[in-house]
Amino acid sequence: MRFRIFRYDPDVDEKPYMKDYELALEPTDRMLLDALIRIKAQDDSLALRRSCREGVCGSDAMNINGRNGLACVTRLSDLKEPVELRPLPGLPVIRDLIVDMTQFFKQYHSVKPYLDNSEAPPEKERLQTPAQRAELDGLYECILCACCSTSCPSFWWNPDKFVGPAGLLQAYRFLADSRDQTTSERLDNLEDPYRLFRCHSIMNCVDVCPKGLNPTLAIGRIKELMVRRTV
Amino acid sequence: MVKRVVVGAHYGLRDWLGQRVTAIFMALYLLLLVIVLLAVQPQGYEGWRAIFTLQGMRVLTALFFTALFYHAWVGMRDILMDYIQATILRLSLEVLVIVCLAAYALWALEILWSA
Repeated sequence: MRFRIFRYDPDVDEKPYMKDYELALEPTDRMLLDALIRIKAQDDSLALRRSCREGVCGSDAMNINGRNGLACVTRLSDLKEPVELRPLPGLPVIRDLIVDMTQFFKQYHSVKPYLDNSEAPPEKERLQTPAQRAELDGLYECILCACCSTSCPSFWWNPDKFVGPAGLLQAYRFLADSRDQTTSERLDNLEDPYRLFRCHSIMNCVDVCPKGLNPTLAIGRIKELMVRRTV
Repeated sequence: MVKRVVVGAHYGLRDWLGQRVTAIFMALYLLLLVIVLLAVQPQGYEGWRAIFTLQGMRVLTALFFTALFYHAWVGMRDILMDYIQATILRLSLEVLVIVCLAAYALWALEILWSA
């Protein structure tokens, strides 16, 4: 199988370039990450992140044939040759397929992604009804791989000001949580032409999410809450 | 000046909502216009003029253009916010857009009421 991989080591290379690889696959090689590990055995200068190798940790997000995804859950049989691999778009490249996620996590932290409840904690735990718990489905599963935010043009143009789909999905995850008491502060934090309203609902985020989540829907729900408190 | 990322302008919802409301209004107006044109089937300049000198049609058309220019303002500002990073350039272009749209609005009113 043929691969074209983005290579850039800022200590050595003047400019990024694409390097071709030819690989004989074993029958056990099912996912793109299997092939990448084989390529790395051939050429150990190739740098990439990976950890759990089963779509849980979100480390091996990359741009695969022009589309963001996780290498570990992308089937080799679904890919057109040569398979073109690039780092996630819009973030600074540290080396090869590894990008600097600082900006992405800064935006994530800016929405205060944790429960805020000033009542004294009960003896056991803060209970929810099954319906209240169900509100969090489709929100809590996010693994912060950054596939969505780095496929969003609004995030490319304003990564320092626009929270991005991943951050906004998490913002809604805590707005939707019946145990959180800071709905108003959270909405204040987001009511901003840049932080929230850079989203123009083009749904690239929904298209690429390897967990099948829907940030656009969550963003719509945030706007709905704002409308409800305003009009 | 300090280099700092500044956000927190605390507006945006009204414009976002306004864009949707104006879109619905414009869609309804265009539907009405198509119905009126099909019903009246105006012939020549005088026929068209007769439609827009009706007071109701004139007011609705004026509202349509107001909605259109407000809608366009929000959209143009969105484009400028996305792509123009330098504040001074963005502000200048925004003022230019406002001046143009305000001029178009006055022009549209003049056309409607001078006919």
